[in-house]
Amino acid sequence: MSAPHPRVLVLAGGLSHERDVSLRSGRRVAEALRATGCEVLVHDVDAHLIDRVRSEQPDVVWPLLHGASGEDGSVADVLELLGVRFVGAGPRATRASWNKAVTKSIVAHAGVSTPDYVTLPQSLFSELGAATVLDLVVESLGLPLVVKPARGGSALGVTLVRSREDMARAMVTCFSYDEIALIEQAVDGTEVAVSVLATPDGLTALPAVEIVTDGPYDFDARYNPGRTEYFAPARLPDDVARRVAETAVAAHEALALRHLSRSDLIVRPDGSVEFLEVNTSPGQTETSLFPQAVAAADRSLADVYRSIVDLAAATPRRREAASLV
Amino acid sequence: MGDVSLDDQDVPGPGAPAPTGAVAPAQRGGTRLDPWFGAYAQRTHGMRASEIRALFAVANRPEVVSLAGGMPYLEGLPLEVIADAIQRLVTTRGTTVLQYGSGQGDEGLREQIVEVMRLESIDAHPDDVVVTTGSQQALDLVTRIFIDPGDVIVAEAPSYVGALGVFRAYQADVVHVPIDEHGLVPEALDEALVRLAQQGRRVKLLYTVPNFHNPAGVSISLERRPQILEIARRHGVLVLEDNPYGLLGFDGEPLPAMRSMDDDGVLYLGSFSKTFAPGYRVGWVVAPHAVREKLVLASESAILCPSNASQLAISTYLTTCDWQGQIKDFRELYRERRDAMVGALAKYLPQASWTVPAGGFYTWVKLPEGLDAQSMLPRAVTNRVAYVPGTAFYADGAGADHMRLSFCFPTPERIREGVRRLATVVNGEADLLNIFGTTKFEHPTDDVDSPGPDLA
Repeated sequence: MSAPHPRVLVLAGGLSHERDVSLRSGRRVAEALRATGCEVLVHDVDAHLIDRVRSEQPDVVWPLLHGASGEDGSVADVLELLGVRFVGAGPRATRASWNKAVTKSIVAHAGVSTPDYVTLPQSLFSELGAATVLDLVVESLGLPLVVKPARGGSALGVTLVRSREDMARAMVTCFSYDEIALIEQAVDGTEVAVSVLATPDGLTALPAVEIVTDGPYDFDARYNPGRTEYFAPARLPDDVARRVAETAVAAHEALALRHLSRSDLIVRPDGSVEFLEVNTSPGQTETSLFPQAVAAADRSLADVYRSIVDLAAATPRRREAASLV
Repeated sequence: MGDVSLDDQDVPGPGAPAPTGAVAPAQRGGTRLDPWFGAYAQRTHGMRASEIRALFAVANRPEVVSLAGGMPYLEGLPLEVIADAIQRLVTTRGTTVLQYGSGQGDEGLREQIVEVMRLESIDAHPDDVVVTTGSQQALDLVTRIFIDPGDVIVAEAPSYVGALGVFRAYQADVVHVPIDEHGLVPEALDEALVRLAQQGRRVKLLYTVPNFHNPAGVSISLERRPQILEIARRHGVLVLEDNPYGLLGFDGEPLPAMRSMDDDGVLYLGSFSKTFAPGYRVGWVVAPHAVREKLVLASESAILCPSNASQLAISTYLTTCDWQGQIKDFRELYRERRDAMVGALAKYLPQASWTVPAGGFYTWVKLPEGLDAQSMLPRAVTNRVAYVPGTAFYADGAGADHMRLSFCFPTPERIREGVRRLATVVNGEADLLNIFGTTKFEHPTDDVDSPGPDLA
């Protein structure tokens, strides 16, 4: 076992579109963990990282990375190779959750409802002709649609499309971020985010956070306070609140996500729940949803972060928590 | 960190104490995460960090070739000589250096500034000079004392992003006037001012960067300078001449400043940030006496006085170092980098067009038809290269077909590599347009789309 106050190496930054968000998340988690007595180091994902892990021998590494190598499983691979304990899912689970299309098929397989979709790479549009493919997609899935990069976060490159004419622009926006597009039926309803936390007694869902914006919950609405109103806990009847919690836990389990996750869900007007996507490294910035869920549960963020670290410190090395599918 | 947990402090939820009177009754139960959201002044509403700005966060990583920032190449400075001089300064004059100073700025430095300006044919008196915290503060003070909300400022198309930010903060309406390879077009200026007068609009300032324009790289020709001054005078418009790059020309002598041709109709802004070191934050404004009085009062209310430590450090540098020789060295260095930039553009991006600046830090690149520099930026981040999309330099959402490339900071080798990567980005985006057809993107005009000052 580790010492009473574990030494934690927080990874923040990385060379991704979400570097800025990651740096902010990392700083906040580091501050909060220091308040609980942990010795916390913060490091970027760079050429010195492996040496730093070897020389510092942290009890736990917490990758607070958003996008690219931080969320595609490669950093988790390296941490396993280094034989160090870390917060978050193992490399295979992280990799599966990084691609929104793979995620959707795994949770659907586990019985969770998710909006109808197709995943199409840029190359297919040049091979088959963009207009023909887009006609077919719109004809088959209907409108409105959401076009998003299959891999990526913070709603970067995401467009809500209401008319066929807007599809081309949405595709160009999406493919500037990633070469694979996920085109999904847009579902009308209440947007909620449910954070799931592992505890020594099993998985627990934190209160759902409801998101109300005057437009799409895009990058601007996420990180500039004011445009979005949050309700935590979400204004849902008890049975629906229970259902969204169960949905998020089911997704977390199906994806083998270990210590924490955040699922983005839509509650339809009839109370049924649709799974949109999961975040294996939920944002921890001033405007992020995970910290709001913790506050809604009347818990101290520092204590929750510390419980995650303690749990990770007790997690066996170099093993996936569960096998996939 | 004390015993205050972050959730209580930063994320008011149920159970977290809200600041007194902060949450309107209608919002109870929900939170906008900023209890003061309803309290901001009207002029603050446009101050939002955009996703474009977030994308610049990678620009300071060594893997990324940044052609985005305007940082001078300080490794060219004699740092040890400067360190010795500064140490002596604190040892011998510490009680002055570390004390408050005059609101107008140190008199000795103002005398030296007059000598610096003589290189651009300006004949001014030290009393006409107000020292500011970078010329950026001079921009702020001038806008503050002249602009009421809705007043018009005429500016070049494109225009310096930092000036546009100040103008927006004071709720000015910016009207852009076209430029060509000889700078601001006098006929177009005249037409715009006539049109605005007919519309009953009050035009207060003409803002111009006459030398090695940021971002366009062009200079206003000698012939056009008096023409522009005449037009401005005829229309009762004060000229705001912003000249941080004037001494950084690659060929020949500096052109005479517009201020050298008109003492009463021009406010002249100068800076040591590009010719010496931006870290000291020392710039200045030269103004007619009545305007200068107001600028001093406005500056005192903003900052009391400019930093004595910075001013005396600059003064010492000017006295003890061969600063003109240093500028010559910088010119050679930046010329070599300019050549690397335009050479690489010709080699890797022949389908684009660009200005070939005769000085300064920037070239202004026009993308092939249909490409959008702003929507292309994520692809640039993926390819490890950064630039500033042209939209940053317009107050009206235009400019998406251009980008600004800086050659001041990266070495020639890195510049060539950056442009090579940029070509990959441009070609990738062009492929996308071939597939989906040209699409028009709407660009908002009210957010911050430039990298912060520390990112290059």
